[in-house]
Amino acid sequence: MTFNPVYLFELSLTLYFAALIVSVTELFRGTKTTSRIMISFAAAGFVLQTANMALRYMGEGYLPIASLHETAAFFAWCIVAIFLYLEFRYMLGLLGSFIMPTAFILMLSSSMLPRAMKPLPPILQSSWFGVHIGLAFLGNAAFAMACGIGVMYLIQEHNLKAKHVHGLFKRLPNLSVLDDLNYRLISLGFPLLTLAIISGVIWAESALGGYWRWDPKEVWSLITWLIYALILHVRLTSGWRGRKVAILSIVGFAAVLFTFFGVNLLIKSLHSNMMD
Amino acid sequence: MNPLVIGLNHKTADVEVREKVAFGGDKLAPATDRLVSLPGVHEGVILSTCNRVEIYVNAENPASVENEIKNFVSDFHSVDRASLDRSLFVHCGDEAIRHVFRVASSLDSMVVGEPQILGQLKDAYEYARENRKTGTLMNRMMNKAISVAKRVRNETRIAENAVSISFAAVELARKIFDDITTKSAMLLGAGEMAELAARHLINAGVKSMCVSNRTYSRCVELANEFNGRPVKFEEFLTEMEHVDIVICSTGAPTFVVMKDHVKGVMKARRNRPIFFIDISVPRNLDPAINDLDNVYLYDVDDLQGVVDTNVEQRKIEAEKAEAIVTEEIGNFRKWLASLDAVPTVVALRERADAIREDETAKALNKLGICDERTEKIIRSLAHNIVNKMLHPPTAALRGEAADKEILVDLVRRIYKLDSEEVER
Repeated sequence: MTFNPVYLFELSLTLYFAALIVSVTELFRGTKTTSRIMISFAAAGFVLQTANMALRYMGEGYLPIASLHETAAFFAWCIVAIFLYLEFRYMLGLLGSFIMPTAFILMLSSSMLPRAMKPLPPILQSSWFGVHIGLAFLGNAAFAMACGIGVMYLIQEHNLKAKHVHGLFKRLPNLSVLDDLNYRLISLGFPLLTLAIISGVIWAESALGGYWRWDPKEVWSLITWLIYALILHVRLTSGWRGRKVAILSIVGFAAVLFTFFGVNLLIKSLHSNMMD
Repeated sequence: MNPLVIGLNHKTADVEVREKVAFGGDKLAPATDRLVSLPGVHEGVILSTCNRVEIYVNAENPASVENEIKNFVSDFHSVDRASLDRSLFVHCGDEAIRHVFRVASSLDSMVVGEPQILGQLKDAYEYARENRKTGTLMNRMMNKAISVAKRVRNETRIAENAVSISFAAVELARKIFDDITTKSAMLLGAGEMAELAARHLINAGVKSMCVSNRTYSRCVELANEFNGRPVKFEEFLTEMEHVDIVICSTGAPTFVVMKDHVKGVMKARRNRPIFFIDISVPRNLDPAINDLDNVYLYDVDDLQGVVDTNVEQRKIEAEKAEAIVTEEIGNFRKWLASLDAVPTVVALRERADAIREDETAKALNKLGICDERTEKIIRSLAHNIVNKMLHPPTAALRGEAADKEILVDLVRRIYKLDSEEVER
C-alpha cells in the first residue's frame, strides 16, 4: 500500500472538526446552507475514515477494532454512521450540533492513543471477539445518539415549559419526534448490547476458559445494560416518556462512556490489559 | 419613462374611504381602460384590495399625470377631489419603485409578512398585462417586484412566525406533536377567540374535535358547527383522557380544572403529552398544571408573549428585507438609466470602435510591413464600414420616437451592451 492510512485518519479527524465547528455555530445562527455544509464535512470525514479502516483491514487481515485507538475511532465511526442515516431519513434540525461533539471527542482521543498496528494476540483472534466489539460499539453509538437527542429534548421541553419560544426553540425539532427517536435508538441499542455481552461471554469461555469473571469492565457493562433495561421497562410498563426518559438516557450514556474509557484508564482491568 | 404610484392604503385612509374608491369586480376593466387613455399615461396597473387601492403607471410627465389620475379617480368614483387628496399618497421615481417592491414583499402590509399581498399584486399585473395595458417599464418593474418578494421570503424569516394568538397556539402544538393530523382536540366552553383557535386547528388538519359546554344545547350547536362530537360537561374530564389538545374558555370565575384532575388524566393516558390552551379570563385552568410532566399549559398572556416575540422577530427581519429592497432598487435604477439614449449611443460606439481597432490591427499584422498608403486605405475602409453601419441605429436612438425606450432596450439587448445579461 503506497498511501499511508495515517493521513486518511488525520484528514477525517480534520473534517469531523470542521463539521463540529459548523454544527456549533449553527446553534447560534443557522441556515439551510450551514446545515448542508456541516453534513458534507461529516459525510466526507466518514468516507475517508471508512477508507482508512478498509486499508487497515487489508493490511493486517483483521478488523481494526482491537487497540483502544482503533476502538475509539470505530465508536466515532458508528456514531457518524447513525447520525448520517438519521439526517437523511428525518432531516431534523440541529441534530449534528448535539452529536458531532461526541463523535469528534472520540476521534480526538483516538488520535492521541498509540496507533501502531501490532499483530493481534492469539487470544483476540476469534470471530466471536470481532462480533463482540462490533455489536458493542454499534449499540453504544445508538446510545450516544439517544443521549444527544435526550439533551435536545430537555432543552426543547424547558423552552416550552418556560415559554421561551424564540431562537433555538424555533429550530429544534418537536418533542414527539425527539421522544420517539430516543425510544427507537434505545430499542436498537439494547438488543445490540445484549448480543455483545452474550458474544463476549461465549468468547471469554473459549479464550479464557470462564464465562464471567466479575472484571470491572464486565461489571460496568452489566450496570449499563441494567440502566437501559430499566429505561425500556419503565417506558413499556409505567408509560414513562419525555423528560424522565431523556434524563435516564443521558445517565445511561455516561455509564457507557465510563465503561469504555473510565474502566480502561482508571481501573486496571483484564480488558484493558489485552488492548494495550 | 417615469414610474409613478398614486394610491391610498390602511395607513393613509379609513376603511370608509378605501371602500369608496375600490376598483373591485366589474369596475376594474373600464377603470384600467380609462387610466391608460389619460394623456401622458403609457402603461397602467391597478391594485385594489381591502387594504389598499393603488395605481401604478408609466408617466411621461409625472406632475401633470398625477393631476390627471387624481381627477380620474375622483370622477370615476364620484368622490370629492379635495377629500380624496387628503388620503392619497404619491410616489415618483425611486420612491415609486421602492413602494412597489415593499408592497410585493409585504413590508407595507398591516400585518408585516402576510403572504396574500404578493398573489394580489400578481393578479393585478396579470390582468393588466393580458389586456395589453403594460409595456417595457411595468413588465420589468412588476416582474422585478415579484422576484424581490421571493428573495425577501427566502432570505429572511419575515413570514415564519405566527402573529395572532390563535395561530400561535397552532404553532406551539406543532412543537409538541409531530403530526397534528393524528391528534384530536377538545373545545371546552366557548368564546370568540377559543372558537378561532379551534378553527385554526381544524384547518391545520387535526383528526377530530369534540366540544363540551355547560349548557348541552349550546354544546350540540357548536359541535355541529365544528363537525365535532358533543360531550356532556360532567364527562369532559373522562374525555380528556383521549384528546391531545384542549382549548378552554368557559367563562367560569374560578379554576375549572385543577392539577390533581390532570394528574389522574395523565395516569389514564399513560403520560401521552397533552397541550392546554387557556384562553379564558379569568383563567379556568390551574397554572400549576404546567408543572406536570408531559403537560403544557399556555394562557392568554403566554400566547400574547409568543405573539410579541414573533412581532419583534418580524421587525428585525423586516429591516433585513428593507436592505434587500434598497439593493434591488439600485439594480433597477441601473437598468432604467440604461434606457436613456445617450449612454446607449456612446456604448454602441465604443463597442464598434473596439472591434474596428482589433480587426484592423489583425489585418495589418497579416499583411506584414506595408507602405503608409495601404495602411491608410485599410484604416479608412474599416472606419467607413463601421460608421455607415452605425448611422441608422444612432440616428434612430437620437430621434424623437414615442417608443424610444423600447428601441433603446432592443439595441442594448441585440448588441449585448450590458455586461450583465438582462434577465427576464
